[in-house]
Amino acid sequence: MYSKGLKPLSLATVVTLATAMALVFFYAPLDADQGFVQKIFYVHVPMAIVALCGFVAGGIMAIRHLRSGDASWDLRSYVAIHISIILGVGVLVTGSIWAKASWGHWWVWDEPVLVSFLVVFLLYCVYYPLRFSIEDSERQARYSSVFAIVAGAFVPLNFAAVRLAESYTHPRVLSQTGGSLPGDMRLTFLVSLLAMALLFVTLWKLELTAKHASMQLKRLRRRLHARVAA
Amino acid sequence: MIRATGAILRKDLLLELRTKESVPAMTLFTITVYVLFHFGLDRDSLDGEIASGVLWVTLLLAAVIGVTRLFAAEREQGGLDALLLAPVDRTALFLAKAGALFLFLVAVEVVAVPAFGLLLLGPGLGGTLPELLLVLLLANVGIASVGALVSALAAETRARELIVPLLLLPLMVPLLIASAQATEPFLRQDQAPEDLGRWLGLLTLYDVVFVLLSVAVFDYLLED
Repeated sequence: MYSKGLKPLSLATVVTLATAMALVFFYAPLDADQGFVQKIFYVHVPMAIVALCGFVAGGIMAIRHLRSGDASWDLRSYVAIHISIILGVGVLVTGSIWAKASWGHWWVWDEPVLVSFLVVFLLYCVYYPLRFSIEDSERQARYSSVFAIVAGAFVPLNFAAVRLAESYTHPRVLSQTGGSLPGDMRLTFLVSLLAMALLFVTLWKLELTAKHASMQLKRLRRRLHARVAA
Repeated sequence: MIRATGAILRKDLLLELRTKESVPAMTLFTITVYVLFHFGLDRDSLDGEIASGVLWVTLLLAAVIGVTRLFAAEREQGGLDALLLAPVDRTALFLAKAGALFLFLVAVEVVAVPAFGLLLLGPGLGGTLPELLLVLLLANVGIASVGALVSALAAETRARELIVPLLLLPLMVPLLIASAQATEPFLRQDQAPEDLGRWLGLLTLYDVVFVLLSVAVFDYLLED
């Protein structure tokens, strides 16, 4: 059901990821300012963009679930948020490493994107205790969807608010992700972004397939037990 | 719908007047937190950014108590089933609960803000009252709508005392940024407003987004 096209998709992901890594290490020029460590940018930023898009996509899938009452959309939303949280850990770790290398501190509060990401990440971590402390499966799906929608709407609002608060004291003249990248860096960045997006979709499909299979197995087992008992 | 909202709101206020559960607890909590901050920061009087931060963090922490208790009466005594059986729109229920929380917060602030001025604040509060009231009002709308939503979300979970603060506080970050930044200039010695329009705009945006969002999704909560 969910595994359709998984094989070509995984293949495409592997090829794109390999290409992206090759570009990062052999094609993209060294940053004049930061040197080699700047290359973490090609992992960190695409990962953050994909994770945030995954959170918002989880909210949109949740809207479809509430609209249609189809529980499979809740499963899709849950898995999207799940994968995004895993990527989120990667974003915070790579961001921390980058901050240490270029500013000398493991954490900097005046980097609005990183701070907003932490707030969003903390909020989404509550998805698990909320979801798994509701036993009734229909209600669990409904409440999780409400959470996913509220949190999805919160993401852009929070980014706007944190940016406002920071630009108040720290005017940002240069934006690192802005359009000011030279051509070869931009190409590398775009390929890395594509690779990360493909990785997300592949992992999402894989997890959906696994969840679906284990649910089916549970159902079959229950039926078998019922038959044996009878 | 207005009548239904009024009836539920009246019930909640009457209940609060008789049992005196949430508001006194929240007020007492704010004073306790001031004392904690006095010792934690080891300062006799605060001003500027620290004062604004202490005030707003205290108010948000007090709001957590109110949000945790918001559906307590219904849950403990089975009133929720009766409310759900009644032919009443869920929006009315949301508006009544958010209204009750809003009034609780106002009641708490009537004591907690002057107490803050008295106990911790260096400069006086008098000269900037209208602006401060506006900020408090807008912030209360945001806290009340998000609080009612979070309270309903957590009402059916096993670990609701755990879920409420974990869910509410991150959602409050934009509101905290706007209110604390808006209040900060008034708590300095010179008390000149600064960028007030921007922060009031952000607060208003936050309120509008979350009131609309809560009304939209509340139908899916608390149904059975």
